[in-house]
Amino acid sequence: MTVELSHYLILAAVLFSISMAGIVINRKNIIVLLMSIELMLLAVNLNFIAFSHYLNDLAGQVFVFFILTVAAAEAAIGLAILVVLFRNKRSINVEDISEMKG
Amino acid sequence: MESIYLAIPLASLLGAVLAGFFGKQIGRAGSHWVTILGVGTSFVLSLLVLKDVAIDDAPIYNQALYTWMVSDGIRFEVGFLIDSLTALMMVVVTGVSLMVHIYTIGYMHDDPGYQRFFSYISLFTFSMLMLVMSNNFLQLFFGWEAVGLVSYLLIGFWFTRDTAIYANLKAFLVNRVGDFGFLLGIAVVLMYTGSLDYYEVFDRADRMLFATTQVIPGVDWTVITLACILLFVGAMGKSAQVPLHVWLPDSMEGPTPISALIHAATMVTAGIFMVARMSPLFELSETALSVVIVIGATTAFFMGLIGIVQNDIKRVVAYSTLSQLGYMTVALGASAYSAAIFHLMTHAFFKALLFLAAGSVIIAMHHEQDIRKMGGLKKYMPITYWVSLIGSLALIGFPGFAGYFSKDAIIIATKNATVPGAGYAYAMVLMGVFVTAFYSFRMFFLVFHGEERMDKHTKEHLHETAPVVTFPLIMLAIPSVIIGWLTIETVLFGGYFDSAIFILNEHGAMAAVADAFHGPLNFVLHALYPGPAYLAFAGVGAAWYIYLKKPSIAEQAKAKFGFIYNLLDNKYYFDRFNEIVFASASRGIGNVLWRLGDALMIDGLVVNGSARLVGWVSGIVRHVQTGYLNHYAFAMITGLILLLGWAVLG
Amino acid sequence: MIETIVFYIFAFSTVVTATAVVTVRNPVHAALFLVLTFFTSAIIWMTLEAEFLAISLVLVYVGAVMVLFLFVVMMLDINIARLRDGFVKYLPLGVAVALIMLGLMLNVVTSDIFSAEVFSEPAARATDYSNTKALGSVLYTDYVFAFEIAAVILLVAIIAAISLTMRKRTHTKYQNPSEQIKVRKADRLRIVKMPANGE
Repeated sequence: MTVELSHYLILAAVLFSISMAGIVINRKNIIVLLMSIELMLLAVNLNFIAFSHYLNDLAGQVFVFFILTVAAAEAAIGLAILVVLFRNKRSINVEDISEMKG
Repeated sequence: MESIYLAIPLASLLGAVLAGFFGKQIGRAGSHWVTILGVGTSFVLSLLVLKDVAIDDAPIYNQALYTWMVSDGIRFEVGFLIDSLTALMMVVVTGVSLMVHIYTIGYMHDDPGYQRFFSYISLFTFSMLMLVMSNNFLQLFFGWEAVGLVSYLLIGFWFTRDTAIYANLKAFLVNRVGDFGFLLGIAVVLMYTGSLDYYEVFDRADRMLFATTQVIPGVDWTVITLACILLFVGAMGKSAQVPLHVWLPDSMEGPTPISALIHAATMVTAGIFMVARMSPLFELSETALSVVIVIGATTAFFMGLIGIVQNDIKRVVAYSTLSQLGYMTVALGASAYSAAIFHLMTHAFFKALLFLAAGSVIIAMHHEQDIRKMGGLKKYMPITYWVSLIGSLALIGFPGFAGYFSKDAIIIATKNATVPGAGYAYAMVLMGVFVTAFYSFRMFFLVFHGEERMDKHTKEHLHETAPVVTFPLIMLAIPSVIIGWLTIETVLFGGYFDSAIFILNEHGAMAAVADAFHGPLNFVLHALYPGPAYLAFAGVGAAWYIYLKKPSIAEQAKAKFGFIYNLLDNKYYFDRFNEIVFASASRGIGNVLWRLGDALMIDGLVVNGSARLVGWVSGIVRHVQTGYLNHYAFAMITGLILLLGWAVLG
Repeated sequence: MIETIVFYIFAFSTVVTATAVVTVRNPVHAALFLVLTFFTSAIIWMTLEAEFLAISLVLVYVGAVMVLFLFVVMMLDINIARLRDGFVKYLPLGVAVALIMLGLMLNVVTSDIFSAEVFSEPAARATDYSNTKALGSVLYTDYVFAFEIAAVILLVAIIAAISLTMRKRTHTKYQNPSEQIKVRKADRLRIVKMPANGE
């Protein structure tokens, strides 16, 4: 019994599903929402690395590298927005933010 | 020679550019010097060209200088055709223009738009030269439109006057009608001959002669007739023939030098020149010639009649211009092209003279133009008096003066013309002689003789105008007297125009005149036989009797023939008719199109309608945007699941 | 065999910690669980011979991003109870969504397309193979433009984050060197004409 590609893919799928459930059930807490998104990206990265390994192609790892970069930037800006939001509203509850209502 | 030809129009253009763009820098004196130098250069070089063509028998110069573009084998070029006709026109245009430039120094002396004015008239000279020197229809059209533009600018020169703006708009619109016909004519020529070059078109004229087309369904028209009539519509607009004449009297709103240069001596003769230039085409169409002669005759007589009832000194001269243009057109219709051009030349000198003399009177009268408020100016303004007398005598065709030779040649040619309508035309031009004499001397007597009707203040300041004004008058008076003597033999009968004008053998009007001609002196003595000269004398006599001897007759006649007086005073209601039919109809159509097409359809339905539609749709759709982050997230998840499901299971 | 055991241990712990991230009450705990998830994932990446990225994940994510998360979570005074409202109510929906998603994805990844026959275990690397070196050599050659763009994105993120959170303090006393340099005589000095004393 060896580890096959599909094992990694299944693991990534499970991680992705968990994070999606996290988005649904933690729908009010922006911090956990951001963490769920990080988790999703992790699942995607796992897929990339698994394929990179089994296809013997470094492009997948390069892609992960850039995803990490962009994710870091995204987390930084997202948290900055969060801080500004909290400063103005004294809350990070999603339900308190609906200025963009149509 | 080529560089000389090129230098002639460009010298004027250079003057116009310098005075127009750098008027402020070079100042008032600077601008009149550069333009006069430019036009003077053009004049001297034109004389050189005329000498070359007329005396040294230089071959015809026909060259394209610059090819603008070639499209589908049709060449669009700038080129010159220098032959006898062109050379004569060049001298007339530059000569009169030079005189007017000099005169303007005095006339516009205190005007704030001095530099602009000089720039315009030099630009006009350039345009007119381009028009007459052209060797193809494209350049002809360029010159045609350019002189129209300058005419428009100059009629509205005093652009703060409502009447001037009205007049220049009117001139522009009426000319547009004519130009539209002209453009269509060029299009017909281009379509059937595939060329814009004069000589190529003339060579291929038979392609138009034997082709027919249907303008009105079911009626076959010879293409050449159609082309000639369309071209003549252009000439009608530019040369102010009935019914497109309405703009010319109103154009007198412009400064007097302009009335002399553009609206009497040169631009309005562009139509005459064009028809003469197109003689190889017009000769092939009897119908077109017939139209030309009838329209010319109508203009010659009926516009002269209006001149009798006008009281504005410039308008009297303007109506006489209309009438004389009618004479030229009659000559064209009678196939006496050389007579038409000859009259064009003599008319240019004496009509410019009359206008400038009128301007001189206007200066002296402090811009009073009503001849009822003048009178007895003879003793105050001797020079103006004498040159006006010369101009008037030349205009009425007094034996020996320039106008006599040309007008008599036209009358004899008309008598011998064979095209349909020639009989009518002959009657009209004969009566026209009397009418011309009558209104010319009515004005002359009212202005220079009789009691002094001006107010006291004006009277005290009456004096002869400055030398800068009288010099051009004298310079124009000389040719008004002698040019007929000197040139009639060469121009009309010496075969001068043989290379430029084509006449079919069966159109023998000019040949008949030549048969009757035995030298200038004999031609003058011919006046002693019963003929038009007596009509002219009668006209002068009648004017003298009615306006000097017994002024009460005029009033009585006015009362008695009130209907005719009203008809004339309202210019046969042409303006009223145009106002009611064309202007209001256009305004009506415009209003309908504006309301329905623009306001309702485009603005209402298309522009505002689509905006409203978008607004309405977004009003509904905006409720989807709740502003809650989790709703968006859930929408994304749903979309993701649906897409994934479709991709995996579908 | 040892690899299989390692994989299962860490795959299991990854799933457990990931579940904990989305279910624990306290965001601080969630962040800490996320850190653990990253650690276990990094080990799985190691088994896939992506050593450089595994280390990066720990250094960048755990060392920087997650610390930032914790920092923000602790800095903000968050009412946890309110944020947990409806947690139980939405739990079935969350699980349903996750199961549908998982079902759809498993449908694909367990199919024959990704079977061991198609994607067989690659041959072992030479002993002197360096993942970092290999990655570096493609990163700075084939992907150099993307690399530069990534750098710009990071720069933009830095500036954006700073400009978003920076506050102007009104009562601080600070010097503005550029204004000090630009100053002119006319800004500071005014000459007034006045009568001399004693006249």
